[in-house]
Amino acid sequence: MNRLDFSVARPAGSTLATNKLIKNTYMLLSATLVFSALMAAASVMIQTPPGTYLICVIGAMLLGMFVLPRTANSSAGIGVIFLITGLLGFGLGPLLTYYLALPKGPQIIATAFGGTGIIFLGLSGYALTTKRDFSFMGGFLFVGMMVVFIGMLANIFLELPALALAMSGGIILLMSGFILFDTSRMINGGETNYIFATYGLYLSIFNLFISLLHILGALSSDD
Amino acid sequence: MELWMKIAAAIAIGMMLVFMFPRAKYWLEHGPKAEKGDWQAAILPILAVVGFVILLVMMVR
Repeated sequence: MNRLDFSVARPAGSTLATNKLIKNTYMLLSATLVFSALMAAASVMIQTPPGTYLICVIGAMLLGMFVLPRTANSSAGIGVIFLITGLLGFGLGPLLTYYLALPKGPQIIATAFGGTGIIFLGLSGYALTTKRDFSFMGGFLFVGMMVVFIGMLANIFLELPALALAMSGGIILLMSGFILFDTSRMINGGETNYIFATYGLYLSIFNLFISLLHILGALSSDD
Repeated sequence: MELWMKIAAAIAIGMMLVFMFPRAKYWLEHGPKAEKGDWQAAILPILAVVGFVILLVMMVR
C-alpha cells in the first residue's frame, strides 16, 4: 500500500529571517513600551495640562505618517519609533492624572494595564502558535477603523457618553483583530520590516489600553 | 473640551481618514480571502477578549 507523505519544505533561510524578524520586533516593542511608560510617569509627575494629550497624539501621528516611512529602512528609524512612542507615552500623562483622581483610580489604571498585557500576550501567543494566516481580516479591520474614526469625529461635536463608550468597545475589538493580523503578517512574510511591525503592534497596545481605561473608568461606578 | 481642541481633533481624525482610505481600499481589493474555518479561528479569541473585558469591569465595580 502506498502512503503518500506530503511535506512542505520551507527554505531554512526564510524561517531564519522570520524568526529574526519576530525576535527584533518583540525586543524593540519591549524597549518602546518601557520608554513610553517612563515618559508617561514623567508626564504625570510634572502635571502636564490636558491639551498635551492631543498635541502629542497629533505629533506622533504626523511622524508616523510622514517620517517613519522614509526612515524605517535605516537606523534612523529606531530613533523615530522611540520619538513616536515617547510622545504617545508623554501624552498619556494628563489622562492618567484624570483617572488617578477618580474613586478607585489607581485600581482602574492597574486593571487596564494588566488587562492590556494579558490580552496582548494571549492574542500574540495564539497567532504565533495557530499558524493560521489572519491577513484575510485586513479589509474588514481597516474599514472598521474608518467607521470608528467617523463615529469619533461626530462625537467630538455630539458629546454623547454612550457613543464614546461604544467607540471604545469597538476599538478594543478592532485592536484585538489587528494584533492577530499584524502578528500573522510577520509570520507569513507580509511584513518584513521590524520597525513597521513594532509600530503596528505598539499602536494596537496603546489604543487597547486607552479604550480599556475609558470603559473601566465609566463602568467602575455603581451609579 | 475647548473649541480649539475640538477643531484640532477633528482635523487630526480627518487626516487619519484620508490616510487610511487607500489602505482600506487596497486590502478590500487585494487582500486574501478567508478559507474554511478562518473566521471561526479569528472570532473565538476575540469573543474571549470580550468575556475577559466583562470580567475586568466586574473586578473594578
